[in-house]
Amino acid sequence: MNFETTIGLEVHIEMKTASKAFSPAPVNYGAEPNTNTNVVDWAFPGVLPTINKRALEFGMRAALALHCDVTRDIHFDRKNYFYPDNPKAYQITQAQTPIGRHGWLEIEVDGKKKKIGIEEMHVEEDAGKNTHNPDGYSYVDLNRQGTPLIEIVSKPDISSADEAYAYLTRLRQIIQFTGISDVKMEEGSMRADVNVSVRPIGAAELGTRTEMKNLNSFEHVRKGAHYESRRQQRVLMAGGKIRQETRRFDEPSGETILMRVKEGASDYRYFPEPDLPPIHISDEWVQEVKASIPEMPDMRRKRYVDDWGLPEYDANVLTQTKEMSDFFEETVAQGAEPKLAGNWLMGDVNAYLNANQIGLLETKLTPEHLATMIKLIQDATISSKIAKKVFKEIVANDSDPKAWVEKKGLVQLSDPAVLQPIIDDVLQNNEKSIEDFKNGKDRAIGFLVGQIMKQTRGKANPKVVNQLLLASLKKL
Amino acid sequence: MAISEDKVAHVAGLAKLTFSKEELQKFTGQMDEIINMVQQLSDVDTTGVEVTTHVTDAVDTMREDKAVKGMDRELLMKNVPDHQDGFIKVPAIIDESEGA
Repeated sequence: MNFETTIGLEVHIEMKTASKAFSPAPVNYGAEPNTNTNVVDWAFPGVLPTINKRALEFGMRAALALHCDVTRDIHFDRKNYFYPDNPKAYQITQAQTPIGRHGWLEIEVDGKKKKIGIEEMHVEEDAGKNTHNPDGYSYVDLNRQGTPLIEIVSKPDISSADEAYAYLTRLRQIIQFTGISDVKMEEGSMRADVNVSVRPIGAAELGTRTEMKNLNSFEHVRKGAHYESRRQQRVLMAGGKIRQETRRFDEPSGETILMRVKEGASDYRYFPEPDLPPIHISDEWVQEVKASIPEMPDMRRKRYVDDWGLPEYDANVLTQTKEMSDFFEETVAQGAEPKLAGNWLMGDVNAYLNANQIGLLETKLTPEHLATMIKLIQDATISSKIAKKVFKEIVANDSDPKAWVEKKGLVQLSDPAVLQPIIDDVLQNNEKSIEDFKNGKDRAIGFLVGQIMKQTRGKANPKVVNQLLLASLKKL
Repeated sequence: MAISEDKVAHVAGLAKLTFSKEELQKFTGQMDEIINMVQQLSDVDTTGVEVTTHVTDAVDTMREDKAVKGMDRELLMKNVPDHQDGFIKVPAIIDESEGA
């Protein structure tokens, strides 16, 4: 029997507002425990939450960027559960009126494009963080309590582990470009719940699904979904049944492990949050938010190809992250030739970031300095070879490339009046090479150029040297 | 009966409450009376009336995204049974979290 796999993803993304969703306490990763909290986060008796306008606007941005319909009349709901990570014993979320519905994004796997539907998305609050200790106690930090989240629920349109990976990559890219989140997996600002089911090909009904919660690595999602699909197929082939259960991805073994069996639907007793008034989202507000969304990667890619003549591949690489794309555009705006700027960013800059395991904004490099250096190459002040030296300096030390090149005497020698005597000198000392040249051995030229470069400590303009050298050789 | 003992026991479980058999009987009776009283509302003809989620006149009340420094931790901890190194200390309850 052959099976098809169905995967649905629920992704939680922390939004980078200054304050929390329903209290004015600061949102700030990595602070001392319980220092970014107030009485609302602690659910002291009688406190009242208030809606952070920007949290809603960020939710609308995500909805619009993912082609959702924005729900115009919204209210919040309470999802009731007991756990020490949330002292209110309920989460404020949107059960009945999600901020966005019926969206989509496009993925590409093995050269094939596919639209994955977005069922709906909710603006809600994150819970605090529990750390379990072997001493039998849990230690609770409420700093994260109330951090605004956008929860994005996909349609069950994903049919392989690779598609799930592509969906997450694309979603992270789009969200990053909207500017509402840093989407840092390692800081837990993007987490995914993965639902997997299988059914015989052609079966009308979806199979029973299992769930993996809170995965914070795309690779774990891919491996977990793949393993889970295979496991379910094995169970069904052996005549077994899939139970509705929550499983955990175990990294060392690459397997999923049973955590608990779900009996019936969860009973969260949702009801409208009486402490928060309903909100009406007007046409004007939607337009305003729409206008505030930065240009999406698709549009940028198209512009790089159409307006700046970049190859598709380059345009793709340069729009992987917003910081790279912004940096590239700023470098071009400062006068660098787009193709050259792209080459430097994809080549030496990326190599530097990988070698040092840092992000672009953690280097000393600025678009101004990169553009200045590229302009020095464009006007032949420095050679590409010297530029490598200059790059090492400006990426590490924030030096002005022009001043540094002059100070270090790295300006390229292009003046024939300076170069000719050096060439004559080299020719005089290398009669064998002249002989070789006359006998048709072109390699001799390379050797002579090398000698001239050596004499000028790499500063000679290779183009001018070649011209002068050929002319000199012909005269001999 | 508008509500069964099983249902009351289920709701009690969700609220982390445990009742004796006598208590369960007593509360089921009381719950039943409450539900019957509220049930009277369904006699009202609500055709054409939109679902009411809120009874406040306040609409579109929002706050600008301005952060206010967190409150004094020591002060907040005065209402906590036990704490250590800045954390609230509670008996470990593992794996019941449904997350966000």
